[in-house]
Amino acid sequence: MQTETQASAKDMTVEKAKWIYTKMQEIRQFETAVHEIFAKGEIPGFVHLYAGEEAVAVGVCAHLTDNDSITSTHRGHGHCIAKGCDLNGMMAEIYGRATGLCKGKGGSMHIADVSKGMLGANGIVGAGLPLAVGAGLTAKVKKTNDVAVCFFGDGASNHGTFHEAVNMAAIWKLPVIFVCENNGFGEASTFEYAAAADSIANFAKVYKIAGETVDGKDLTAVYDAAGKAVARARKGEGPTILECMTYRDFGHFEGDTQSYKDKEKQQKAVTDDDAILRFQGYLKKNKILSAEEIKGLDDSVKAAIDEAVRFSEESPFPDDKEVTTDVYVSY
Amino acid sequence: MAVKMSYSEAINDAIRVAMRKDDDVILIGEDVAGGAEVDHLQDQGAWGGVFGVTKGIVEEFGRDRVIDTPIAESGYMGAAVSAAATGLRPISELMFNDFIGSCLDEVMNQAAKFHYMFGGKAKVPLTIRTIDGAGFNAAAQHSQSLYALFTHIPGIKVVIPSNPYDMKGLLLSAIFDDDPVVVFEDKTLYGMKGEVGEGFYTIPFGKAEIKRAGNDLTIVGLGKQVYTALKAADKLAKKGFEAEVIDPRTLSPLDEDTIINSVKKTGRLIIVDEAYPRCSAATDIAAIVGDKAFDYLDAPIKRVTAPHAPVPFSPPLEKLYMPTPEKIIDAFSVMVGDKVFSAV
Repeated sequence: MQTETQASAKDMTVEKAKWIYTKMQEIRQFETAVHEIFAKGEIPGFVHLYAGEEAVAVGVCAHLTDNDSITSTHRGHGHCIAKGCDLNGMMAEIYGRATGLCKGKGGSMHIADVSKGMLGANGIVGAGLPLAVGAGLTAKVKKTNDVAVCFFGDGASNHGTFHEAVNMAAIWKLPVIFVCENNGFGEASTFEYAAAADSIANFAKVYKIAGETVDGKDLTAVYDAAGKAVARARKGEGPTILECMTYRDFGHFEGDTQSYKDKEKQQKAVTDDDAILRFQGYLKKNKILSAEEIKGLDDSVKAAIDEAVRFSEESPFPDDKEVTTDVYVSY
Repeated sequence: MAVKMSYSEAINDAIRVAMRKDDDVILIGEDVAGGAEVDHLQDQGAWGGVFGVTKGIVEEFGRDRVIDTPIAESGYMGAAVSAAATGLRPISELMFNDFIGSCLDEVMNQAAKFHYMFGGKAKVPLTIRTIDGAGFNAAAQHSQSLYALFTHIPGIKVVIPSNPYDMKGLLLSAIFDDDPVVVFEDKTLYGMKGEVGEGFYTIPFGKAEIKRAGNDLTIVGLGKQVYTALKAADKLAKKGFEAEVIDPRTLSPLDEDTIINSVKKTGRLIIVDEAYPRCSAATDIAAIVGDKAFDYLDAPIKRVTAPHAPVPFSPPLEKLYMPTPEKIIDAFSVMVGDKVFSAV
């Protein structure tokens, strides 16, 4: 991953474009595979799929290194992939297998890889906001140049932790980027219903920090805005609220009938507005990648996802003793 | 070399010793220094905590490591959890344990679960210092003893020091422990003086202390109730009954062996706890002993606790609310039979 500051899409290298496109495809195909396998009843528990929001996770994480931290949500698969978590380990975790990133003890809602700076998907709405502040505080106290990114949904912006966390990051000028994935829904309630505010980025004015709303379906828009925010954070200029307007292709959870969605909007989200199709168009138009090169990347991602599924299906369940291991470091 | 200091000074000393030893130790909480960015204070602390326990620490270590937070428990507790997970050893002060209602998620669902949920690959070396205890006329929202709530949650360690020596050693153990630990400071003990070791020392978790030996009755006293137990033991001794008084010092882990071995010897157990009785530490200890040492019991286990009621404000009511030596003696007389008890 790159470390240069204030990277913008117009300067994007072919190598970077390939990385970004691959990650977006990995998320899409990973989630599509989980969707299909879950429907067959082969994945236990709850899953919340990220498909449709790829431009946000990838556009932001493209500016991060393994030393930077991210906090995530219950819809965390996309953040994990964008932050470099291993696909086999992720899929096996969702299958509840011993080879999973968390030895099968976390599952879809708690996939984590601290070695990659991925501080965990989180089953509690709003929980990741203060956690990101803590990672930012560590960076400040230890005087590293690292940043912390908090991915959160529009639903979490109504939670007290949002305001507590943004306020603290602001008064302490911490290197934290609050990335709101405004997908228009908190569970089955619309943003318009649940939030009195009509913009989450506007809270930035109140807390006297930088804030911006971008088209979260446009990779280049997210990439540019995140590049600026990360550069500011690394320079010690404090936090940013980056609101990315997006849409989730699937339901809140798998099995959700999605009766609250507008059919036309849903159709547009997966066609004209689709983040991957739009980025493909951008890459072709600007002659960064050809149609053949894109097809090649799609195929190699498909092979990787197929391999992740095979790996997971063939992996053993955790040993019985794992029920009570890892409760404490020492006890 | 031992020095005489108060329970409060022992806490202050432990924090300084830890912060000198390791730059990753930070102190974070509401007004742990106080007066941040007030020009005329020139970075001196205003309070050092609401009871002055952490006074002077900001002057030694500066505001980069002694961090006053907004009154936003979810926010700063969550930040402390993640600061721990990303490389610091925060000491996070929850001013009163009653305020856990504002940040239980950060402790219960985040700190306690990272190590397990992430397959042992994350650790949260976080110490939460918090004030508990009734007897201060602080009423229902500033007087509870909520250690059972934390003991219930796997992944958290719970420490209830009853004296200055234990406080310093247990707090230092907590700070350098790799798991989240909640250390309870009974506000009524802050002024208590005692011998404390100089410099760095630790007391291991899960090791109870037998405060008084005896063969007729085991009394487990939690936190400051160990003193109520000792007073009752003195009174019972005058009647010819020798009670063994145990201070468990930590509730999670709990030194079951010391308690059970004592009960095997005495055949009788009273647990003294000023917390609520339902689903409490006292009830838990009673269940453990009932389960593991039933055959050694000569009488039903008795619990001398607060009633199932919030802590009242009015001083006479609060006095009624608390365990007393007399309540312990009454419980014992029921256990041995009034006739036996009054015959001696």
